[in-house]
Amino acid sequence: MRRSLPTLAVNGTLWLIAAFTLFPLVWMASVSLMTPGEASTYPPPLWPAHATLENYRELFFHGRMGRHFLNSLGIAIAATLLSLTFNVSAGYAFAKLKFPGRTRIQQVMVGALVIPAQVAMLPLFLMLKTMGLVNTPAGVLVPWLAGVFSIFLVRQHAATVPDEILEAARLDGAGEIRIFLQIVLPLLTPILVTLAVFTFLGAWNDFLWPLIVLNDGNLYTLPVALASLSREHVQDSEMMMAGSVVTVLPVLILFLVLQRFYLQGMTSGAVKG
Amino acid sequence: MTPARAGILLAAPALGAIAVFFVIPVAVALALSLTDFDIYALADIANLRFIGLRNYFELLSTPLFWRALGNTLYFTGLGVPLSIAASLGAALLLSSRLARARGLLRTALFAPVVTTLVAVAIIWRYLLHTRYGLINYGLGRLGIAPIDWLGDPRTAMPAIIIFTIWKSFGYNMVIFLAALQTIPETLYEAASLDGAGAWARFRHVTLPMLGPTLLLVSILTMAGFFQLFAEPYVMTQGGPAQSTVSVLYFMYEQGFKWWNLGMASAVAFVLFLMMFAVTLLQMAIARKVAPP
Repeated sequence: MRRSLPTLAVNGTLWLIAAFTLFPLVWMASVSLMTPGEASTYPPPLWPAHATLENYRELFFHGRMGRHFLNSLGIAIAATLLSLTFNVSAGYAFAKLKFPGRTRIQQVMVGALVIPAQVAMLPLFLMLKTMGLVNTPAGVLVPWLAGVFSIFLVRQHAATVPDEILEAARLDGAGEIRIFLQIVLPLLTPILVTLAVFTFLGAWNDFLWPLIVLNDGNLYTLPVALASLSREHVQDSEMMMAGSVVTVLPVLILFLVLQRFYLQGMTSGAVKG
Repeated sequence: MTPARAGILLAAPALGAIAVFFVIPVAVALALSLTDFDIYALADIANLRFIGLRNYFELLSTPLFWRALGNTLYFTGLGVPLSIAASLGAALLLSSRLARARGLLRTALFAPVVTTLVAVAIIWRYLLHTRYGLINYGLGRLGIAPIDWLGDPRTAMPAIIIFTIWKSFGYNMVIFLAALQTIPETLYEAASLDGAGAWARFRHVTLPMLGPTLLLVSILTMAGFFQLFAEPYVMTQGGPAQSTVSVLYFMYEQGFKWWNLGMASAVAFVLFLMMFAVTLLQMAIARKVAPP
């Protein structure tokens, strides 16, 4: 291995950037283990003098962190299942099944992509209010039912399924629904995982919509609970860091385990543009 | 069942959901922005009146709205180019033949993207703390006096921009990485043979080849930056001196704090039109720089 100056410069810079991106996350974990008040001293300590789980205990036993965690988990899982059910079948239909109006509908959907979701939020809130879904988990889930991006993601991959396979199955007398469930779905597994990871992370991290829909503290998801805690407990940095760890760690782990699927999904659509 | 019927059957649930929970609300939002829908109408719909474009005119004479517009343009105008430059720089370094442990580094650089915005905004609020924050401590070691990052109207938005770049540059970095891989090695070899140095190769090979990706990335990043909300909500609550009130933050307060839903809908449409106009502008510039 040659240790030339350019090699050193390139790798040195990269590790510096990595330190910049990872430091806040490591520091969060470190402060979450400090005794209350320890982080608010000068000079600011990097590591806890005596590591303690006190902040976590406080959050879970005196606070409602366990409940918020389950709320987030339930909503993220439900959003993932709904999104898979709705978007995968639609994506396949747009890729492989010619039905009247298909091209036209696709054009309209591309056009709809330019409209930011926030435009729909105010009427959607009023609509859910009349349906009695405000301040319910169902209300939080509504925007995750179906999405244009997700449908196109599936469509793009479903298009690569060879027509011969479908035709052969039809000749053998298989019904369309059976073809979709037994032949197409298994072929689409990688993109199903990608869509599942995207949706889970998106629903877990989502903030504005749950903030609007939920007003009962018992129903808060982690980000909403954390934002409201941080306004009450500005001084308790150690406890807030523990709350941040509880919020960030699950999605970080999920990403690390499934990052191949995540990154593939990101680049497959983007580069073609 | 014919394939056509199956297609309708399989597409219908998703299309129905999009129609009911997106298309109709967008249409209603436009109608709502022409009414004086407020807390009285929320209680009894009989109080609702059609007022034409009055919400839009009223917005134009609301100083805080202009402030929010200016703040959002400042955030976007400075943040988007810096963020894209950071993404491209990191992607170029990572794709360099000299780089080692690429997979590991890519994961490390991408990690902030998947984190929860609210949680990491809270981390950064403490990192930026005037007295106990590590950022000021580090600057202090360099002999720089403590900066009241989030408490000074001049530094609050720059601090949020730095945080946002930290949080999001990994996303475009991965897209650039994929695009860089599609540039044929022979182009670089030919350029080198013609005597092009590193900068000339970047300027005349990499950049033109990245053109379409660059356009797409800048449109999507711009759209994302226009939707600034959680950062000021968590880190500054719009302050100090309203220096971090964004358009979306203004809309949220109008709509869900004061229940002026008619006015808030007008804000949403102004945001939409702004994003649309900037997108068209970017596409026009792209056509000028590199005609198809």
